[in-house]
Amino acid sequence: MSTREERVAEIVAAHAGREGPLLPILHDVQHALGCVDAESEAQIAKALNLSRADVHGVVSFYHDFTARPDPRPEVQICRAEACKARGVEALIPAAEQAAGDRVRLSTVYCLGLCSAGPAARTGDRLHARLDAAGLTQVIENAR
Amino acid sequence: MIVRISDDALARALGADELAAAFERKGHEVQRTSSWGMHWLEPLVEVDGMGFGPATLADVDAILDGSSDKAIGEIVEHPFIARQQRLTFARAGKTRPTSLEDYEATGGWIGLRRARQIGGAAVVEEVLASGLRGRGGAGFPTGIKWKTVANTPAEQKYIVCNADEGDSGTFADRMVMEGDPFALIEGMAIAGEAVGATQGYIYVRSEYPDAIRKLDEALRLGASIIAPFRCEVRVGAGAYVCGEETSLLNSLEGKRGEVRAKPPLPAIEGLFGKPTVVNNVLTLAAVPHILTEGGASLYDTLGVARSKGTMPIQLAGNIKHGGLFETAFGITLRELVYDIGGGTQSGRPVKAVQVGGPLGAYIHPDQFDIRFDYEEYTEADALIGHGGITVFDDTADMGAMARFAMEFCAAESCGKCTPCRIGAVRGIELIDRIRAGGRPADAVELMPVMHNAPKTGRLPEQEIGLLTDLCETMKFGSLCALGGFTPYPVMSALRHWPEDFMPREGAKVPEGSEA
Repeated sequence: MSTREERVAEIVAAHAGREGPLLPILHDVQHALGCVDAESEAQIAKALNLSRADVHGVVSFYHDFTARPDPRPEVQICRAEACKARGVEALIPAAEQAAGDRVRLSTVYCLGLCSAGPAARTGDRLHARLDAAGLTQVIENAR
Repeated sequence: MIVRISDDALARALGADELAAAFERKGHEVQRTSSWGMHWLEPLVEVDGMGFGPATLADVDAILDGSSDKAIGEIVEHPFIARQQRLTFARAGKTRPTSLEDYEATGGWIGLRRARQIGGAAVVEEVLASGLRGRGGAGFPTGIKWKTVANTPAEQKYIVCNADEGDSGTFADRMVMEGDPFALIEGMAIAGEAVGATQGYIYVRSEYPDAIRKLDEALRLGASIIAPFRCEVRVGAGAYVCGEETSLLNSLEGKRGEVRAKPPLPAIEGLFGKPTVVNNVLTLAAVPHILTEGGASLYDTLGVARSKGTMPIQLAGNIKHGGLFETAFGITLRELVYDIGGGTQSGRPVKAVQVGGPLGAYIHPDQFDIRFDYEEYTEADALIGHGGITVFDDTADMGAMARFAMEFCAAESCGKCTPCRIGAVRGIELIDRIRAGGRPADAVELMPVMHNAPKTGRLPEQEIGLLTDLCETMKFGSLCALGGFTPYPVMSALRHWPEDFMPREGAKVPEGSEA
């Protein structure tokens, strides 16, 4: 048995008996493996007595689950209305330049820091009141 | 000396942790409290009731020896706080979020104890009498929802808290969950008592890691107090549409977050097909206060017409004094934006205000006398939504904002109904064509056999007519508020700022774009 299979089996077992266990399982798998790939989908489907199509439908519906791992560090930048009103769009070119190929920039719609935007998130760490220099710093520090 | 610094996510994003550590290194006791909600002053340092903010590491010594120029005086006397009427946020800034001791000392669990004394039916009556309406956006009377669930016989019923606060410009749910999690939990336990439910779920969006952590902690600490009621946190997965109650229920069940058709109402067939109360964080967090002795009648005396009680209003976007402002219904937008919010952060004139998140209408400064009231907003073709107010200065391009509303709808549509799934994409294309100055006739229109088709292409005015039609279809043909309300920002932007939809300098009609 490969380690991936073991990890997924452990995660599924840890959620046994819960109501509606699929989302918590997928979160844990995504966290442990960096993605929910086709093999994991099949394994989870079998364990929960669902069809692979059902599980794939759920995985592909939510932005948080990805089919392939991306080893690059991620910086999420809020580009919703409140951050737009505070000028986030003007920071994007500098952010893209700072990120290059090393950091994955992703757009998020709202981190709930709307009175102090522009805002960004790396891991569980939040950053607010960013200007071009601040955002560049966040991106350069992303590991 | 005791130093109090918020551990709210916003304060932490601005360096509150580093600041707290600096005060500790100087040998002072630091208490991490909830946020007062004066976000422009965060991180706010409180020493003996006096406030200092926004504080940086360089200010530590000056704050300690009393010479800091960041002093704002006594916090409770600050006009932003003194003008408010805080019921849901009564503890904001004053207590440590996950301290049971602080919660008890500030009137915690009184509502739940009383609810258990007077029994479920009486609880429902009190919530009805308070006039409390759902704070998530729709404004449905909470008491009626609870009564329906209470009167539907079932072996298992659920209380579901909708904490999928995805609207830009709103953060009140986050502040409750991070600042006063026990109040939400108590509200859910009271709801359980009222309708006969023993299991609760709090569905929190994954963008709120701090809220998830604190709720987990609070639920662990409070489990024995709310027993036999049980409650757990479930984490969303980045889908905005899961803030819609039926798609939230599907998501909790482990399905795609697609909207369900109503009826059946969730109150009758909700989570796993069982009668379910689905309420917003603010609704449930308002309940403990209402259930205290005399709380319901006090709530009913506040507000105007059919909008009763207080609303935690969130001042966001390009605003000088952003933050949380809880007050009775009836306050005008002018007071909120200028008197309380202090105008724009940039110092430029206010161009537009979006009330109610990404699906709310853009309101022109000419309409700023509108009072905060569900019905008054509906009449003005706008909505209160979750009470978020996002201010834009005169550099905002409202045509671009209208396009973004459609883009957002296209990105977040669950795909279940056609007006939303396809309409949003067509909406983007239409706005692009309007801003490009119309389009030439396409290859099909030019075919000789299409003798009824216009051969001259389409003018911007004609495209605007199409956009208006499309919005009409989305508004009345969509299953939920995502497709149904996206026309609000689009049409309001078009109505008030038509000049922002004019072809921009240098825009050319794209040759054969439709061919």
